[in-house]
Amino acid sequence: MSAAAPALVRLPVWRARFVMAGLVAAFLVLAARSLYLQAMQTQFLQEKGEARYSRVLEVPGTRGRILDRNGEALAISTPVQSVWAIPGDVQASAAQLKKLGALLGLEARELRRKLEDRSRDFVYLKRQIAPETADKVAQLGLDGIYQHREYRRYYPGGEVTAHVVGFTGVDEAGQEGVELAFESRLGGTPGSRRVIKDRRGRVVEDVESIRAAQDGRDLQLAIDGKIQSLAYAALKGAVAAHKAKAGALVAIDVRTGEVLALANVPSFNPNNRARLSGAQLRNRAVTDVFEPGSTLKPFTVALALESGRVSPSTLVHIGNGGLRIASYTIQDPHPETELSVAQVIQKSSNVGAARIALALRREDLWRLFDRAGFGAAPQIGFPGEASGRLRAAESWRPIEQATMAYGHGISVSLMQLARAYTVFARDGELVPATLLKSDAPAAGTRVVSAQTARQVRAMLELAVQPGGTAPRARIMGWRVAGKTGTAHKQENGGYAEDKYIASFVGLAPASRPRLVVAVMIDEPANGQYFGGVVAAPVFAEVARGALRALGVPYDAPLEPVPLPGAGEEVREST
Amino acid sequence: MAKLNLLLLLVLVVCALGLVTSQHKARKLFSELERAQARAHELDVEYGKLQLEASTWALHARIERVATGTLGMRTPDARHVRVVTVAGGK
Repeated sequence: MSAAAPALVRLPVWRARFVMAGLVAAFLVLAARSLYLQAMQTQFLQEKGEARYSRVLEVPGTRGRILDRNGEALAISTPVQSVWAIPGDVQASAAQLKKLGALLGLEARELRRKLEDRSRDFVYLKRQIAPETADKVAQLGLDGIYQHREYRRYYPGGEVTAHVVGFTGVDEAGQEGVELAFESRLGGTPGSRRVIKDRRGRVVEDVESIRAAQDGRDLQLAIDGKIQSLAYAALKGAVAAHKAKAGALVAIDVRTGEVLALANVPSFNPNNRARLSGAQLRNRAVTDVFEPGSTLKPFTVALALESGRVSPSTLVHIGNGGLRIASYTIQDPHPETELSVAQVIQKSSNVGAARIALALRREDLWRLFDRAGFGAAPQIGFPGEASGRLRAAESWRPIEQATMAYGHGISVSLMQLARAYTVFARDGELVPATLLKSDAPAAGTRVVSAQTARQVRAMLELAVQPGGTAPRARIMGWRVAGKTGTAHKQENGGYAEDKYIASFVGLAPASRPRLVVAVMIDEPANGQYFGGVVAAPVFAEVARGALRALGVPYDAPLEPVPLPGAGEEVREST
Repeated sequence: MAKLNLLLLLVLVVCALGLVTSQHKARKLFSELERAQARAHELDVEYGKLQLEASTWALHARIERVATGTLGMRTPDARHVRVVTVAGGK
């Protein structure tokens, strides 16, 4: 062009300026835009960018174990896998789906139903499967099927420790027993961390820990696996032999107040809770109350001794077994004219106990029951602890004061009863019961004087001798002491004629008690229903094993203990 | 001036290479850590399984069954047990 036309063409100046201005304007727009993005929207954009590669991962905190006093596991969490799917992403042939169904134990129809709803983003195919099965599922390599780790609780003790330990739900939150009561201590808190993932989803860099996962702490119970399993077996045997509805047992270490065994029948398998009934789940020893019957007589007598009105040898007029108060008559099945205070306990005389109680002030009796822990929850930390019923003394009529003396018109739980007997075992002190292991001897609160406690203990020892109500409670090598109870069950506001609760509370060895064992059998229906026949043998079996396990020295001559012959056993009516 | 610039360029290159290597090392170490953690998890699973297995074998009911049934053992009665106390003990 320039060669053809050498003459200079002068372009108007405004054109150059126009282009210049246009360029500057364009740069200004760019600068403004970048300023806007960089300064005003950085945070949003950075987040968007990070979202492409950074992920926040949950780090699960494991739940603490529950151990028995010897360190044996009663509840363990082990990792399992849960398999889930994004139904819209699943692409699998019929053969693959069949394989998957077989691995997961799902029927083809159920699996199809779960994968049908394509609108959902998340559906569990199967929760908590064994890691090996999960590996096989992963090897199928199906799209849209994922897994994540969960923890599952296993209970090696099974039905033996089911009621004490309780169980957790599918999300590892405690629902019953110790699992619920000590949830805050056992439960772990999950943490989270931020990571950078590459295109293939592998974690390439740990950016930061947002919250550290906290594992739950292990919990060591006072329960002794050996004694517990012995107690459960003995109780189960007795419930079966006497065709009873249920049974419960509590064993307490007198020195520390530790609950060494706590068994209930019927029980359940906490590892497989498919068909459970309420009756199986109930921790009767702690949550159920019953009228204790004669097992309360020693407290009445203790108060009488404490007041100085009577001594163990004071004679009480029985009057051939009938005591009329208002329109009621209290009766003894084996009428005698006179019994000493010790014999009232030994032979479990209702009339005797009532006469002793009527000579006492009702406020004093109430105070003793109250201080022995009746009418208030035992506070061992269990969910749903029953407090029982102890009415205010002002509302007692004379007949009630009389029946209260032998354990009617008052209701207690077996745990309360066992704990109350530590008063006689520890020379007058009530020991707080605990479910957790403790090494130091527990400080008790004084309820009666040491002398009174020893006197009552001597009477309780008479009760297990021939001529007492429970010769079957004796064991070779150790002196035992205890009291039977045979109470009519309350039903529809009255007492059922043919339904009983047989109980026995005993302590051993009598010379220096180490153990209190309380046994309760609900509705024995095989002909026998006396506490001395139904419940006392369970006590003997458990006490024998427990004393051996604890290494308690003998305090009795090593001679076989003869079983009582016919007619030697004294029967009781409450 | 040019010399200084060259020197600075050299320093910059060295620093850049250093950054690359350390980043690479960090990634490698991290993947090792991941592997170790996966292994720890595996061992954890195994430990749990073994614990369960041990407690299943050690069930008191089972021990008793084996002792009395297979091995023909029985609990000695009190006459055949002697309690010894440590000298100076209670």
